[in-house]
Amino acid sequence: MNLPVLKAADFASDQDVRWCPGCGDYSILAQMKKVLPELGYPREKTVFISGIGCSSRFPYYMNTYGMHSIHGRAPTFATGLKSTRPELMVWVITGDGDALSIGGNHFIHCLRRNLDINIVLFNNRIYGLTKGQYSPTSVEGQVTKSTPMGAIDHPLSPLSVALAAEATFVARSIDAHVKHLGQTLKAAAEHKGTSLVEVYQNCNVFNDGAMAYAQEKKQRAENVVELEHGKPLIFGAQSDKGIRLTGNQLEVVNTADVPADDLLIHDAQAPNPAIQMMLARMRYPEMPEPIGVLRSVKGVTTYDDQINEQVTAAKAKQGDGDLNALFHSGDTWQVA
Amino acid sequence: MIDTSNSSSTSKTIETVSGITVRLCGDSGDGMQLLGTQLTNTSALAGNDVATFPDFPAEIRAPRGTRAGVSGFQVQFASREIFTPGDTLDALVVMNPAAMVTNLSDLRKGGILIANEDGFNDKEYKLAKVESNPLDADVIEQSYRVVRVAMTKLTREAVSEFGLSTKFADRCKNFFAMGLVYWLFGRSLDPTLRFIEEKFSKKPDIMNANIAALRAGWAFGETTEVFGESYQVEAAKLAPGTYRNIMGNQALAWGLIAASSVSKKEMFYGTYPITPASDILHELTRFKNFGVRTFQAEDEIAAIGATIGAAFGGSMAVTASSGPGIALKGEAMGLGIMLELPMIIINVQRGGPSTGLPTKTEQSDLLQAMYGRNGEAPMPILAPRSPGDCFDMAVEAWRIAVECMVPVMVLSDGYIANGSEPWKIPDVADLPEISCTHPAGGESEEPFLPYSRNENLARPWAVPGTPDLMHRLGGLEKEDGTGNVSYDPDNHQHMVDTRAAKVAKIAERIPDQDVFGNTSGDILVISWGGTYGACLTAVARCRDAGHDVSHAHIRYMNPMPANIGELLGSFRTILVPELNSGQLRMLLRAEYLVDCIGINKIQGKPFAVSELVDEITHHATTRRQDASARRTAKVG
Repeated sequence: MNLPVLKAADFASDQDVRWCPGCGDYSILAQMKKVLPELGYPREKTVFISGIGCSSRFPYYMNTYGMHSIHGRAPTFATGLKSTRPELMVWVITGDGDALSIGGNHFIHCLRRNLDINIVLFNNRIYGLTKGQYSPTSVEGQVTKSTPMGAIDHPLSPLSVALAAEATFVARSIDAHVKHLGQTLKAAAEHKGTSLVEVYQNCNVFNDGAMAYAQEKKQRAENVVELEHGKPLIFGAQSDKGIRLTGNQLEVVNTADVPADDLLIHDAQAPNPAIQMMLARMRYPEMPEPIGVLRSVKGVTTYDDQINEQVTAAKAKQGDGDLNALFHSGDTWQVA
Repeated sequence: MIDTSNSSSTSKTIETVSGITVRLCGDSGDGMQLLGTQLTNTSALAGNDVATFPDFPAEIRAPRGTRAGVSGFQVQFASREIFTPGDTLDALVVMNPAAMVTNLSDLRKGGILIANEDGFNDKEYKLAKVESNPLDADVIEQSYRVVRVAMTKLTREAVSEFGLSTKFADRCKNFFAMGLVYWLFGRSLDPTLRFIEEKFSKKPDIMNANIAALRAGWAFGETTEVFGESYQVEAAKLAPGTYRNIMGNQALAWGLIAASSVSKKEMFYGTYPITPASDILHELTRFKNFGVRTFQAEDEIAAIGATIGAAFGGSMAVTASSGPGIALKGEAMGLGIMLELPMIIINVQRGGPSTGLPTKTEQSDLLQAMYGRNGEAPMPILAPRSPGDCFDMAVEAWRIAVECMVPVMVLSDGYIANGSEPWKIPDVADLPEISCTHPAGGESEEPFLPYSRNENLARPWAVPGTPDLMHRLGGLEKEDGTGNVSYDPDNHQHMVDTRAAKVAKIAERIPDQDVFGNTSGDILVISWGGTYGACLTAVARCRDAGHDVSHAHIRYMNPMPANIGELLGSFRTILVPELNSGQLRMLLRAEYLVDCIGINKIQGKPFAVSELVDEITHHATTRRQDASARRTAKVG
């Protein structure tokens, strides 16, 4: 069968995009539209489900099936849909407030179940749609509308949370780093199991430049280390810095000063997430922040496969359900 | 096969009675619920009409021997048609002093009190907070027929040959009590013997010990001199057919399976464990071969979220909870209403507010069901009236959900959820047809309109995977037709009106309200939910006493049957008994502008027939003189 070859434009809905001009969301939308045709999956079998927040308007702009649900709960809708329609490719679009505050519970449980869906978490470290309150990823001391004297909460790292929840695919990318973003989304889509992609996304209205150290091309090389499975961790504009594991600490070294063998080789496929967790905990400015695929582990059963396999197994063992037999099972009696 | 040659006939006198109400009480670990269930099944198999009322603490093993830890199971079995588990007890079995002092007031004068004498000692008196042996009080011997049985000792003797530890031997004593009760009421041991053989097939010692204890109890009744005679209850004259005993939650589960089957839709059941709804999950998850997928979610919101997701995908989607969980689901229910997807939301009500009385019954979530969501969010509501009716209401809920593309709420309650009754098994061919259709892609040149409507005001159920019908749903207000986000004021008015009209129109698709008695007259008792049996029985007694009283029991709470208004206008006095402070009464007054008098009780217990008879009789014999008649009666 010849499937029509789709272009990015085929995935655009007829709705006007209503994000603020300059918002990082545009870049993510563009990369998604670019990546989906490469996956060769029919539009009608693709579903975007979101919660509430700026990022959660995303499904309206995709010419696929979609649901703009309620705050923090997108993974739950995805769970019901994917469990009953495993042939669909389901994407959850969420934000830092949506996934980590109000929806924290669903986020971790979806990951531990390893439902075969893709979660894209737009992290702008602020509440945008409610106009500028601090979020669970806002840095300590951040002054916002709701924290005039500075935020006193300790921030969460979505990657650490995901690894702790036994996620099988954990990655990070950056809105402005479009090529990397596209590759990461594609890798996420190709992973079987729950894929989490955190995307650093600039909110140019309420938190402009909060992650400029990673987003701006000039700064990025010094502050971000791009992970590649099987490759040493090297960064810097001149590729002059590396990450070394000494004892149970990661440290930055000058590549010129240490033998090449000393650098940490990234193992995204290691079943034990201990070193991946150490990478996830690297924070600017003390350390460069990792982007790319931290973890990608194959062979873990998925919730949607298993819930359907149990049904198949029960039918094979007991035969298809027979209402009449059910009603008459156990003790019955006749009244003449 | 089991040799039952010695277990079915007695050499003593047999007195035939038309019905017996018995309550079995002990510690929550004493196996009283098992005993009650077995007695119920056995009585049902004997052809009796049966009605049950299990009553147990919220704690799994409340402190042993205390009043708080008493677990009880009441069953009435009769040779006539009955609708309640009975008001007063003919016999009470107590395993310890706490069970005795907390239940004795319900035993009728002259009733049989069977006490496990071995459970009455100084330690137990202390735990039950009684000064001395309550059995020794003069008034006890004078008021009741007291039968003291050393059940623990006799059970140990009966099972001694199996070499069980004392702990395991003592666990058999509920079967000894069962054997004695079976002898007293002429019940066959066979169904329980079959049960024991099946349940303990992998533990032959326990199986044989329990059988020995059961037979020893029966033999004790036969040989002891304290019982001069036993009792017999003939089979009831129920409508012809094949029957089985069924519990409310089981009937709900089976109704859902039946609805799934007739609509050719596999079921997704998303839920979070909560008393008293969890048994629906336990039942459904056994039937994966019917295509049932059960999802035990991380919380109540995830449970309904997944349910809505499954509905979007085209499955029969169901969630269930009790009041506190329904409160958590409020926002998602509103989304379900906006998305206009079919699904069933079950609330097995319990005592509230907050955590309230988890194991006790109440009808206090009617207004929550009607109005417990933000915005104007009407939802059809059905309320089963009895354990068996849960089956029909489950099927009906799915029919309405599919035909009108709307979430439907089923309001059950703890009383009917845990209660049981004989259920006439339906012919599968007689089950209603439920047809689910989904538009196919490529049918039209026109753009697909996900919020176009048919004559029921239902929108098309287009499911992901269908080419050309891609659309986006969401909780933002929808433009009629396209389903696109719309902030247009007139469109919002139109959509609010349309969602309400869609629910209101369901009144055209449900049967008229039926009435027991006359369609006009002096008094109409109007009730809903699990109070059906008590209200019907009370009205029947009042009619027998010559009063002009009729009874209407509403099963369709929203919208109500089309003739309710006319009915309310045809009686001089409207009485509304409810296990709440007057929620149906408020709805009737608001909607139909008629005065209604409440009979309200909120004690975590069902109505006794006698308290309703007293209230109805009071109104039947007192002429209404002034507005004082508008008082709310408090009973119990």
